[in-house]
Amino acid sequence: MTESLIPSVGVVTEIRIDTPDVKTFRVVGRNGKKCFNHMPGQCAMLSVPGVGEAMFSITSSPTNTEFMEFSIKKCGCLTNWLHMIEKGQEILIRGPYGNHFPVERELKNKDLLFIAGGIGLAPLRSVINYVRDNREDYGKIDIVYGSRSKDDLVDYQEIINEWTADKDVSVYLTIDRDQEGWDGHVGFVPSYVKELDFDTDKTVLLCGPPVMIKFTLQGLIEMGFDKAQVYTTMELKMKCGVGKCGRCNIGSKYVCKDGPVFRCDDLEELPDEY
Amino acid sequence: MYKLPFEEINKLFEAVSLNTALYVPVKKNDTVVYEKYSENTIYAYDELNTVKSAKDFFFPQVQDIAQFKLRGKSIEIINNEEDYESFAVFGVRACDAKSFEILDKVFLAEPADPYYKERREKGVIITAACEKPDEVCFCTAFGIKPWEPSGDVSVWISGGYIYWQANTQKGLELTGKIKDIFNACEENEIEYFKAQIKNICGKLPFGNLDLKYFKETDEKDIFSSSVWDEIYKGCLGCGTCTFVCPTCQCYDIRDFDNGKTVERFRCWDSCMYSDFTKMAHGNPRKTQKERFRQRFMHKLKYFPMNNEGIYSCVGCGRCVRSCPQKLNIVKVAEAFSHD
Amino acid sequence: MQMIAEKIKEKIKELTENGKISRVMGWKKGLYGYDSEPFVFENGDLRDFTYDAFSGANLCKYMIAQSKNDGDGKILVLLKPCDTWGFELLDKEHRIKRENIYALGIPCGGMVDIEKIKKSGVKGITEISEKEDTLILKTMYGEKEVNKKDYLLDKCLVCSSKEYKDCDELFMTDLCGDTAEYDRFEEVEKLEKLSSSEKFEFWRSQLEKCIRCNACRNVCPACSCVKCVFDNDNSGVAAKANANDFEENLFHIIRAFHVCGRCVDCGECSRVCPQNIPLHLLNRKYIKDIKELYGDEDEAALLTFTTEDKEPSVVYERGKNNV
Repeated sequence: MTESLIPSVGVVTEIRIDTPDVKTFRVVGRNGKKCFNHMPGQCAMLSVPGVGEAMFSITSSPTNTEFMEFSIKKCGCLTNWLHMIEKGQEILIRGPYGNHFPVERELKNKDLLFIAGGIGLAPLRSVINYVRDNREDYGKIDIVYGSRSKDDLVDYQEIINEWTADKDVSVYLTIDRDQEGWDGHVGFVPSYVKELDFDTDKTVLLCGPPVMIKFTLQGLIEMGFDKAQVYTTMELKMKCGVGKCGRCNIGSKYVCKDGPVFRCDDLEELPDEY
Repeated sequence: MYKLPFEEINKLFEAVSLNTALYVPVKKNDTVVYEKYSENTIYAYDELNTVKSAKDFFFPQVQDIAQFKLRGKSIEIINNEEDYESFAVFGVRACDAKSFEILDKVFLAEPADPYYKERREKGVIITAACEKPDEVCFCTAFGIKPWEPSGDVSVWISGGYIYWQANTQKGLELTGKIKDIFNACEENEIEYFKAQIKNICGKLPFGNLDLKYFKETDEKDIFSSSVWDEIYKGCLGCGTCTFVCPTCQCYDIRDFDNGKTVERFRCWDSCMYSDFTKMAHGNPRKTQKERFRQRFMHKLKYFPMNNEGIYSCVGCGRCVRSCPQKLNIVKVAEAFSHD
Repeated sequence: MQMIAEKIKEKIKELTENGKISRVMGWKKGLYGYDSEPFVFENGDLRDFTYDAFSGANLCKYMIAQSKNDGDGKILVLLKPCDTWGFELLDKEHRIKRENIYALGIPCGGMVDIEKIKKSGVKGITEISEKEDTLILKTMYGEKEVNKKDYLLDKCLVCSSKEYKDCDELFMTDLCGDTAEYDRFEEVEKLEKLSSSEKFEFWRSQLEKCIRCNACRNVCPACSCVKCVFDNDNSGVAAKANANDFEENLFHIIRAFHVCGRCVDCGECSRVCPQNIPLHLLNRKYIKDIKELYGDEDEAALLTFTTEDKEPSVVYERGKNNV
């Protein structure tokens, strides 16, 4: 019997401390290989028996053929537990679930503007690295990323050492409040995006806390973007991952199956309950 | 078509149960339930419906998924070995028979749910026509014909006889194995009986329940209607309606630590419960209004939107009868039809 | 009853006009004549207001949510005698904001259990009218008359008093009718006479019907925890289903213990149970025990200590005698 609800065992082989409350976990199967293949934006169910099971976006790019990574913020029962584990710990994993960013269709040959706030970078990182690895298929890349402080920027090292070093990739970082040792921009993401005054022919990939998404989207519209140019990714409580357990719906759409990636104009058609 | 004197019905049960496990509605402890047939079984033929629906047979309240053993840093997965025996359910009403088609749309959609699929394949559904529909019935509003129930086999109990008709391959196979007990008869013998039921169904107070509003109005507009602000207030937030409902299919996945292993099981859940959508960072449905609205939006709008206009309600009337505070889907539909 | 309902409506109008109340928690007429539902009537709109033989629901628990906001004005709640006991409990335990509520005690002559009528074989009821004690049932299969007194809710058959508590005003309460047919402890005594294994059998067979819908808990005026232990994921006992075949027993036993000494015996738990489990008997057993051990007068027996209190060994003693 093939069972979509039965997980397989994954081994945590690396744990990187990104921020005071975010760690990135590297996971492979027991055989040392990747547990499964995925597309950028897709999710996986991670669980620890007796603790809980929850959906996480896969942070690593599909072009990484060796392992998967999950950047996880400590905020609930399961994530607290994960933050306490050590290398070598086994966990349970099933997936991949949901749709993905349309990297093979709508995003191709477009100039891409990534906008992320806080842990919202996690799902976008998968796309950013996928696009970087297939550089010739896409236009210019701009990344706006903000968080509460410099210490809260997830995987600052990769951003500085790899992304900013790339030709045709522009990275704009911002933090909420000024802080010692920071000579970059200070201010919230929505206003920074407006300041940067991007060309409105870009396709936008947006992810962050709900309030940040709301105001950034508002700003983009004011700048002349259309909602149909903006993709975002949603999160609601999920249990099954296959559109059957009935709780992650926004109106008639299930986030685990029809999402998590939505185009903002489609999202607008749905009841406001997220 | 076959028939058998009704007083010999246990002969029929006996014959079926020789071939496959058989479940029959019985009165037990002040409630009506399906019970595995034994020679002492008394078929509660005058009870219209069991208190809980027949969905349990395919989607039981608790389903074991797997067990996990934790040792140091490692986890051992022990798969749940379950034998699925073939079975037949007798006396399913037309509404419940239709509910399986609705559940199919959820559980057999890719990726199909293996537990449900297995049980569906193993189960034979023997439906019974409703001689005396009740006022809480409104199945006809969904195009269901209680005088001609679907299922693998249909039976009619009339004029001292029980009439038996196989509808599907599964039904024919079962009939082939037991047909010696029957007398053959003409189909028109029950025409009058069918017409009688049809006639009574015309008197169902909500047999023509008006669902035009839900059909024609945009989901966002129904969602934001002010009618919801009023009609949920009597709701206790218990799960009765969802647990007796034949089409409610939401579930939870939980772990139970028995001290030796962690048992992972799936169980029915209810959108009426406050923790149904609660996450570490908050809850999009904060009050009972949102939860109440979700249930009826799902049945009357979201589900039809995703499934060629088919409502996720079969008008069995269980919620009408069971709600402790007498709220129900009929009242909701009525509240909107007058709006 | 219809006369009483009309008078209540007039009373409500008067109180609304005097600015004493802003809205009303009452019963709204249903679809079949027996399914009136708890409803909040606002803006003086009393359309479909009813108070009839089927207004059995106790409205007191809705006051937790309804009295929360100071800005909403006062809500009038209609309370039958036994409803007021739960109301008083909620007040005592500070679960309601009493100052935002106007409690009106109304007369009760016993409420009818529609399930009992249905179980007597009446089907297809589409309309019900009342003429004194007679209920005229219009059904899809013809008309039928029954005597209301023959189909009262179990809780009415053991009605222990028509005493109102904690009300702001009593209205026409001299019209209360007596409905008690037997002593409320009779059923408990019957159970006490069973052997331990018979008792166990009885409760197992009743509790195994439980579908974990939580209706008993949600309606209970003594179950007013903000977050129930059975909803708390961190408690280790949170469950929507029974992980093993004793769990629903555990749920009900723990619940009975938790409301022990606080249960007002309003009978709502059994009224709302979709599986007809006589849950009130568990609670009533405790009430009887408390009465026997601590006397009639001690209202908060489990919250106070006196040197005359029974020693814990009484449990053992009583166990030996199978009480």
